[in-house]
Amino acid sequence: MNAPLLVTKRMVEHPTDSHTLERYKATGGYAAAKRAVSMTRDELVEAVKSSGLLGRGGAAFSAGLKWSFLAPARPAYLVVNGDESEPGTFKDRQLLERDPHQLIEGVIITAIANEVHHAFIYIRGEYPKPARRVQQAVEEAYRQGYLGQGIFNTDFDLEVIVHLGAGAYICGEETALINSLEGLRGEPRLKPPYFPAAVGLYNKPTIVNNVETLSNLPHILNDGVDAFKALGHEADTGTFLFSVSGHVEKPGNYELPHGLTWRELIFDVAGGIPNGRKLKTWIPGGASAPWFVPPDHLDLPITKDDTAKAGSMLGSGAVVVMNDSTCVVRAAERVVRFFAHESCGQCTPCREGTSWLELILRRIESGQGREVDPDLLLDVSDNISVGLAWPPKMTTICPLGPSAVSPIISIIKYFKDEVMAHIHDGRCPLIA
Amino acid sequence: MSKWPEATEERARAIIAQYPNRRSAVMPLLYLAMSEEGYLTEAGMARVAELVGITPAQVLSVASFYTMYKLEPVGRYLISCCTSISCMLLGSDDVLHALEEEVGVASGEVDSEGLIGLEHAECIGACGGAPAMQVNYELIEGINPEKARQLVEWLRKARPEVVNTDEMQSLFGGRPSFDWAITEDVGAVGPYPAYEPFGTVRSSTE
Ligand SMILES: Cc1cc2nc3c(=O)[nH]c(=O)nc-3n(C[C@H](O)[C@H](O)[C@H](O)COP(=O)(O)O)c2cc1C
Ligand code: SF4
Ligand code: FES
Repeated sequence: MNAPLLVTKRMVEHPTDSHTLERYKATGGYAAAKRAVSMTRDELVEAVKSSGLLGRGGAAFSAGLKWSFLAPARPAYLVVNGDESEPGTFKDRQLLERDPHQLIEGVIITAIANEVHHAFIYIRGEYPKPARRVQQAVEEAYRQGYLGQGIFNTDFDLEVIVHLGAGAYICGEETALINSLEGLRGEPRLKPPYFPAAVGLYNKPTIVNNVETLSNLPHILNDGVDAFKALGHEADTGTFLFSVSGHVEKPGNYELPHGLTWRELIFDVAGGIPNGRKLKTWIPGGASAPWFVPPDHLDLPITKDDTAKAGSMLGSGAVVVMNDSTCVVRAAERVVRFFAHESCGQCTPCREGTSWLELILRRIESGQGREVDPDLLLDVSDNISVGLAWPPKMTTICPLGPSAVSPIISIIKYFKDEVMAHIHDGRCPLIA
Repeated sequence: MSKWPEATEERARAIIAQYPNRRSAVMPLLYLAMSEEGYLTEAGMARVAELVGITPAQVLSVASFYTMYKLEPVGRYLISCCTSISCMLLGSDDVLHALEEEVGVASGEVDSEGLIGLEHAECIGACGGAPAMQVNYELIEGINPEKARQLVEWLRKARPEVVNTDEMQSLFGGRPSFDWAITEDVGAVGPYPAYEPFGTVRSSTE
């Protein structure tokens, strides 16, 4: 597939120096920010809204629409979400490491559009190398007069602070991230208010956007809204970064337009399943997403709507592929363990429920499962995610709890026989 | 409470000055405290409390929320072995097992010398290069049990002053998540992130 690239173009064409200011400027860098300083908030919000750009942090919410919700109180803040911690996701790491100026230019454009003079780039603590690159790039941008007081010789001030996380997936949830930035425990805030754009950091209007979302902005301004839309697939405009991992020949980040099929992504783009194995199942959009199986889902087009209709989501773009040697009980246990480990503990159904799910799965995996365990799994799941609906009905403060239910529903829906075989035979049926 | 050495105090002041609100500096200051003593001591947390104007109990409540703030010594070299889904599919459990054998401790413990600590980690954002691990948060992708053992042996013998991701990747790593493209000559000096504003980055070629 040779689709045009946006956010990974520079690093593909100039692998050894795509992160440098020199290369960035030599390839048209900061032209969009220079243009943005003379544009009005309305013009910028309108451009981003009509580009159709959807957030790339998982919720796929219109970036321009979010900006238009910004409450009038000032100061307003911008927080860049670089906490990327959902198992299977490693795209923002590549953008931070290999093209930090592209992100900074996106930050400048967003700050101008939202009348923000203080922006924070929150990078997970386990990403020291990306953080070093971004920090260096921020310093370079300050020296150039692109950041700081009176950017681009205007009277617009913009301070940018790089903030390191310290190992907590939940800080990726935007209100937890805001608490973390305020020096509190990273616990999600009660909703409403539903959007930090109303009340966020220091109780002021705050825009939170993902690294990839903002990295797209220079391209939208440079190439124009129509070009951006034309690249994409109907409602899913622009390109999308897929992180493909697990049992594929060529794992990696792939920047592609939506609309190709899962078959094309897994078998053509990622090279198929190695070692003569067969495809068993895949997680289409990060650990929180319900799983897909062949042949039912293989020829579905990869779009937000088609994926939602089939009962899952594209989320953060992480595609985890599993071959036919994979024990699904074990795989589900591993995903559930993650959520149990990362639960912040505020809501009882999430705190207690995720741990119980992990324990029951481990019991089944080790051959100690009981006949009632599948029903028990569903019952506990129902307490976390009422009615087991998709998308989940929220009874917890944030969607982390309900996320833990996705692997449970998936294995019981598609692999009940394999689960029961563990229970009846007292061991994993896949181990000869 | 006793102050840190002047250079660290200076960094602390610079960090606090950046934020619109003092309390927001608590996370970076906790990293400064770690860099002074290798982990968070009561004295270290008390100094953080004093600098941002909250109680030591409030500092502890923040510190204990995050896995990277260590309330006990974790060794000079902290090995974090990812065992989340993508790494598990490609054999991370065997890597962790090999590490436990080679270091001679269970995950979550430190060897008797206080040299190497071992922990299993949830996804470290290197799933395309699974199985992946870190030493002092510096990454190695495409590891296997044999290479993991060699890495431990190397840490014991070479005792590198500075842990450099590119050096480890070239000695022990395999397929990465994506092309790293260029090498860096800096790295980590303890079980906390190597990051310039914390004063924790050292050159590995000097
Ligand atoms: C448990 C949880 C974890 C999340 N983790 C991340 C993350 O690591 N990175 C991210 O950008 N968004 C994450 N999100 C989504 C954010 O809350 C928020 O929607 C997003 O940062 C908004 O940016 P966008 O509109 O540009 O996508 C997470 C959400 C939840 C509920
Ligand atoms: S659902 Fe879980 S992670 Fe989210 S706020 Fe409640 S306890 Fe915390
Ligand atoms: S699952 Fe191991 S790095 Fe993501």
